[in-house]
Amino acid sequence: MKRLIINKIALSLSVLSALIGLVFLAWILVTLFSKGINSLSFSLFTQDLINGGLRNLIFGQFLMALIATIIGVPLGMMAGIYLREYGHGKYANIIRDLSDIMMSAPSIIIGSFVFVLIVEPFGSINGWAGSIALTIMLIPIVVSTTDNMLSLVPKELREAGIALGGGKHQVILSIILKAARVGLMTGILLGFARIIGETAPLLFTSGTNSFWTTDLNNAFPSLTVSIYNLANFPTDKARDLAWAASFILTMIVLFINIVGRFFTRDKG
Amino acid sequence: MAKKLIMDIKDFSFRYAGAEKPSLMSINLPVHKNKVTAMIGPSGCGKSTLLRALNRIHDLYPGHEYQGKINLLNSSSGENENILDIKKENDFIKLRQRVGMIFQKPTPFPMSIFDNVAYGLKLAGIKNKTILEEKVVSALQGSAIWTEVKDRLKEDAMGLSGGQQQRLCIARAVALRPEVLLLDEPTSALDPISTGAIEELVTELKKDISIVIVTHNMQQASRLSDYTAFMYIGKLIEYNKTDKIFLNPKEKLTEDYVTGRFG
Repeated sequence: MKRLIINKIALSLSVLSALIGLVFLAWILVTLFSKGINSLSFSLFTQDLINGGLRNLIFGQFLMALIATIIGVPLGMMAGIYLREYGHGKYANIIRDLSDIMMSAPSIIIGSFVFVLIVEPFGSINGWAGSIALTIMLIPIVVSTTDNMLSLVPKELREAGIALGGGKHQVILSIILKAARVGLMTGILLGFARIIGETAPLLFTSGTNSFWTTDLNNAFPSLTVSIYNLANFPTDKARDLAWAASFILTMIVLFINIVGRFFTRDKG
Repeated sequence: MAKKLIMDIKDFSFRYAGAEKPSLMSINLPVHKNKVTAMIGPSGCGKSTLLRALNRIHDLYPGHEYQGKINLLNSSSGENENILDIKKENDFIKLRQRVGMIFQKPTPFPMSIFDNVAYGLKLAGIKNKTILEEKVVSALQGSAIWTEVKDRLKEDAMGLSGGQQQRLCIARAVALRPEVLLLDEPTSALDPISTGAIEELVTELKKDISIVIVTHNMQQASRLSDYTAFMYIGKLIEYNKTDKIFLNPKEKLTEDYVTGRFG
């Protein structure tokens, strides 16, 4: 009898905690939606910021995150493969620890670093600098995902490949990466979702731009930086637009996360 | 007919990287051509360690120490080659094509049934599609799995049952036409019916291939093997024809083990 009561108490406490978490998520979404509703319209996606829309900002944010992914994923994956498959002992452990520390580095520091490294010598803020700042954020995430996902592949699979006359690199490329592909894809998607919502690394690197542009050598449109700017504007219209932009950004991140989870649930 | 040895293990000792004591001490064991040799013994006796030395799969991890000789007969020249002398990656690859291995848990690769069997062949440099197909089909036929998979060669190998997966792994190894096949407790993760199918297959395979099998199951050793080696704490205690080991062992320890008094 006592066990049953304790069980019920524990169960209700867990359910309560889960609900509290969900309430905040719902609260955030509802607030963003209700505050942004005034300016939420289809024209947000067809007009640029200069005309009261968000088109160029969404495009700019995506493009910078995409460039970061294209540069960061191969680098991070190769580093992760090195750590799990080739690196043994002290040297690999130091790299693994450094990568973990990088993952928790404050993003504003990474922004400042890229500012000194690229923006200052270049002379002005630009889209490349923003992409590189995001790349630096992404690499440790990809390293750690690759390292973890490869560790889940049973060692028998590696041995079976070797036993059939495969070289180590052939076995890794043709078997191990395939066996871990669902996890790796999920990791990359979640990494992408993480960097697409970043503001601090872009603040002094890409800045933002009110006009449509594809020229990465100039100040580049960024949704997050513009939210920051618009929220500080004195007009109600600007602040409404900031709310709408926040809602759209949240939906984008949420969507990518759900797609990522869906992958793992389906096949993991 | 003179007894032909495909492999001959001479005064072989093995120490794992970082271990204080060797795991195998002065092992002398012949492996007869086209026969099944079983290695039995309680857990930790070193039988799997010995098996894994026969294709040098230990070398996947650095730092292990070998001593003695493991000779592998080169059928064409009739000469013995000591596989412990192998140092070059290319020679390791050749060794593993000649000495195949099957693991305790089935290890299908995450690809189609066809590609699983073609994997080793492609590594061996066979690119011609017709030849590949011929070899894959004959390997599957020779591994008693053809009728079950012939209509689903393009399907993912992960969808097969455990017993089918294990026979697929055997087909994959057999496709390379190895001279020796090493089986590391190949049925301990399978149900009795799948086990029966594998055992039947092993008996069939020994016409072409010499087989070394590690097993915990003494009935299996006595049913399948022509020769049996009993090992205990890193040493080979007794080796003989299987019926002698089971019916008339010379050593007290062997008798205690095969009659189930310990182990």
